[in-house]
Amino acid sequence: MTILLIALGGALGAPLRYLADRAVQARHGGVFPWGTLTVNVAGSALLGFLAALPVGGVAMAFAGTGLCGALTTYSTFGYETLRLAEDGARLPAVLNAAGSVAGGLAAACCGAWAAAAVSG
Amino acid sequence: MPDHADPAAEPGGPAAHRAGVPARAIDPDVDLRVPPQAAELRRAPWSTLGAIALGGALGALARAGVTAGVPRPPGGFPWAVLGVNTTGCLLIGALMVLVAETPRAPRLARPFLGTGVLGGFTTFSAYAVDIRALLDEGRPAAAFGYAAGTLAAALLAVAAGVRATRRLVRRLVRPAERGSGR
Repeated sequence: MTILLIALGGALGAPLRYLADRAVQARHGGVFPWGTLTVNVAGSALLGFLAALPVGGVAMAFAGTGLCGALTTYSTFGYETLRLAEDGARLPAVLNAAGSVAGGLAAACCGAWAAAAVSG
Repeated sequence: MPDHADPAAEPGGPAAHRAGVPARAIDPDVDLRVPPQAAELRRAPWSTLGAIALGGALGALARAGVTAGVPRPPGGFPWAVLGVNTTGCLLIGALMVLVAETPRAPRLARPFLGTGVLGGFTTFSAYAVDIRALLDEGRPAAAFGYAAGTLAAALLAVAAGVRATRRLVRRLVRPAERGSGR
């Protein structure tokens, strides 16, 4: 059952990342990977919320391990950062790395605070 | 022929352009500046999204398998997620060279293996939440070490994957091209 829920969450999270990435990147013509940054920050906020509630094992398998895990990505983030640096866009590469880590951590904290507020 | 006006302008560029996926792509999930990728959702929505979904499910299961096999003990360090993210970065570097710089790469190779499997295998949310958890446990040094260590290992892994695969492709593909009279 847990395995099925993780697979289902992953099967939703990855296409959601693809569609969100397209939607964000279509709004600007630049090279900066705002799409990946957006899904990584959003997924970190949601997982921060779920982890702090805390939800049960079944919900966590689907929404946490599956959905948030596949919605967010380190491989895409890492590749984009390297490609920016390779193309000579050193500052955007550094800003992408620092912004993603700081943004993801801040989002995880916000999620946890929201969980504390909700569970009162 | 503006595309091939200066074949020596940039290594990998024009050759990769013939393969339909220029090496100039920045976003491995989908780069809208690459025409075939911009058109794929309109041209073949279900096979593209289906390949990504199937890959995402397999990647998430593989990650869950690793984190279940190497659980993080209370007060421990999230080694499993670090290993997953570093491995995924090594593989995306290799994959993107194969997809972008190899002629006739299968159309669904990038959506299935890159966006799906590797995107679903690696995770940013668990990384961010684990940094917060280490800070919460009153271990700022471990939190900083995890944050910076993952970042450094991941970027080195992507670079290693790209360089090693480029060298391999050059050794295997270029002699064959010369042999076929190019």
